[in-house]
Amino acid sequence: MKNRAFHKELKTFRLGGVHPQDNKLSASAPLAQLPLPKQVTIPIIQHIGAPAKVVVQRGDTVRVGQVIAQHEGFISSNIHASCSGRIGIIEEVMDSSGFKHLAVNIRVKGDDWLETIDRTDTLVEGISLSRDEIVARVMEAGVVGMGGAGFPSHAKIKVPEGKTIDTLIINGVECEPYLTADHRLMLEKPREIIVGVRILMRALGVSRAIIGIEDNKHDAIELFDEWLREDKQIEVQPLEVQYPQGGEKQLIQAVLDREVPSGGLPADVGVIVHNVGTTFAIYEAVQKNKPLVERVVTVTGKDVKQPSNFWVRIGTPVIELITAAGGLPESTGKVVSGGPMMGKAIADLEVPVAKGTSGILMIAQAETKRAEEYNCVHCGKCIEACPMGLEPYRLLLLSKAGQSEKSKRENVLDCIECGSCSFVCPSNRPILDYIRLSKTKVKKLK
Amino acid sequence: MSQSLLTVAPSPHIHTELTIPQVMRGVIIAMVPALLVSVYNFGLGAVYVTGLSILFCAGAEWIICKYLLKREPSIADGSAVITGMLLAFNVPSNLPWHIILIGSLVSVGIGKMSFGGLGNNPFNPALVGRVFLLLSFPVEMTSWPQAVATWSLDGTTGATPLGILKDGLRAGETVPALMPQMPSYTDFFFGFQGGSLGEMSAFALLIGLGYMLYRKIITWHIPVTMIATVFVMTGIFWFIDPTRFASPLFHVLTGGVMLGAIFMATDYVTSPVSHKGMIVFAIGCGVLTVLIRLFGAYPEGVSFAILIMNAFVPLINTYLKPVRYGRKK
Ligand code: SF4
Ligand code: SF4
Repeated sequence: MKNRAFHKELKTFRLGGVHPQDNKLSASAPLAQLPLPKQVTIPIIQHIGAPAKVVVQRGDTVRVGQVIAQHEGFISSNIHASCSGRIGIIEEVMDSSGFKHLAVNIRVKGDDWLETIDRTDTLVEGISLSRDEIVARVMEAGVVGMGGAGFPSHAKIKVPEGKTIDTLIINGVECEPYLTADHRLMLEKPREIIVGVRILMRALGVSRAIIGIEDNKHDAIELFDEWLREDKQIEVQPLEVQYPQGGEKQLIQAVLDREVPSGGLPADVGVIVHNVGTTFAIYEAVQKNKPLVERVVTVTGKDVKQPSNFWVRIGTPVIELITAAGGLPESTGKVVSGGPMMGKAIADLEVPVAKGTSGILMIAQAETKRAEEYNCVHCGKCIEACPMGLEPYRLLLLSKAGQSEKSKRENVLDCIECGSCSFVCPSNRPILDYIRLSKTKVKKLK
Repeated sequence: MSQSLLTVAPSPHIHTELTIPQVMRGVIIAMVPALLVSVYNFGLGAVYVTGLSILFCAGAEWIICKYLLKREPSIADGSAVITGMLLAFNVPSNLPWHIILIGSLVSVGIGKMSFGGLGNNPFNPALVGRVFLLLSFPVEMTSWPQAVATWSLDGTTGATPLGILKDGLRAGETVPALMPQMPSYTDFFFGFQGGSLGEMSAFALLIGLGYMLYRKIITWHIPVTMIATVFVMTGIFWFIDPTRFASPLFHVLTGGVMLGAIFMATDYVTSPVSHKGMIVFAIGCGVLTVLIRLFGAYPEGVSFAILIMNAFVPLINTYLKPVRYGRKK
């Protein structure tokens, strides 16, 4: 019999890392269905790559799961109607990125799904599709990376030309404080996720998969371990709690002690990483023929009445989620889409939930105030924290001085924008703000 | 609240609690055990010198900010208080007030503010003040009150263990012959010895170190490496000739090695930023300390050693880069 996962030594990544308070307030809130909104606004770009092309018109009637925008090219993604009803206005709206993008509005009527979609909870274990069929099905279903980046998933289950993949890593780390969407999904849909892992293994042609889960989700570790006791190919790897372990590069280092070369991809070291949410969506796409029309979103914050985890239809306005969790707390100064370390502050509570929206976090006014900024005291804490081995204090100075060439030589483009440096700086220096500026300039150099 | 008032700022949206004022407060708390030992040993003198030194340093910073630089006084960050305490820790506990005043002005005025204040000074301000005083007032700076709680301001004075050693060896005596004149190692450890105000007790200083490590204010790299370097290097000499060289334990427990390694060399501003750099820096501090102690004119070399290594920090920071991710050749 296999070693039990919880007897395994905890692993973690080697460089940098910080330990923000994890504040997983919603960890014990079971997944609940958010009531259908009156209307949804579905951006046609929710992924990295080309925007999809709208194929419906104002006034059309759509059913849940129907394609409303068709992918354009391979690195692109289909967009489906997440609710049934009548197509409203198709115009540019502000999404959670803070930019305006074309979006399709649907006036919701009923909940009428395409009959090709299996909506039951029955677990379908047998995988009948071939590699290519899996890729096609995932592409059809519009699945994208749900950890936030939004890279089209079908492009990540095809082994890149000239590369060999030996290990699939499933990212169940959820290292962002507050967020519990992946945690709850792992607790409530472990068997579906495991089938999803097998689908991915078949598509990639690998015989080894490792599910990385941080030790603050002990229940999930035990649960997966239990279901995988007889499985010789999939194992669970418990990980020390440390941010940003959920970063692909950090997770690969933690689990396999391999380093993705600068500017390269995980495939360069024989690895593909998928997030548990994505893996679940792939299960649904392949086994249930269900496109990505809903996802789990954590709604949380220290003053939120009922920190919750909701199944939310894509395109639902953020305000609906906040209302369902007990309303916007009086104290709120900032609303963040995503986690507190890498999420985006949103100005407008009407912005729609997208495929990459993992959480809605309300931060109190008192906590949003930037503390007084001091000179850099050269404490080295930013260096100690940086998981990429950069010198953030120096990158800030170079950015301020407009020294793009030098910034490039100091590997500014390796920065994964995890925010650890800004988080840890005792002088409250806005390090990452300046690094972002620098990255934009350096990219233009080429 | 109205949603138009929502703050939109780039990530990260949370920040560590350990900000500059917190760090400074932590360092001050870490110095308290050593201060208590000093008060126990020297009575009022220790209180008087430390109090004046803090007052003068903070006052100097306030006046310089307000009237010379014409900007918001920065003493709230707490760094001037630390400079004051560290300066006091590095002088005898019977130093007259006017010398303390001069030391404070040099520390803060020249050592720190002339470079633009906290963060920009290349040398540890308290050490700048201390060395200036040592060169300007050699007599006052080396008349050490003995470790007896007198609760009066004029106690008896005498030499430090390192001073006894240096003078004895110069007079042609051997180490084993000198040792009986000195307190025991246990006395050294708990602080019953002559010396600067804050360097008496390795025990108290180590408690401070433990606290700063626990609060994650500093890392082990500098203090451990520097103490180990002094230990190993003096150990080698002692092994070669125990009649001419004192034992490594003697060297780490006397004089300013502990104080220097724990509170002076770890100063953020004047020490390297990367762990690799910190280790190189600390080895340098240790080696120079030993060289000065064993072969130099002064019995003690910690202050000079750290100041010299301070000068190398920019170089160390430029050439000792942290290990980068994904750039292995
Ligand atoms: S944001 Fe960039 S520079 Fe800062 S710690 Fe993360 S990777 Fe390093
Ligand atoms: S953490 Fe802040 S103060 Fe410390 S070295 Fe980095 S930028 Fe400077």
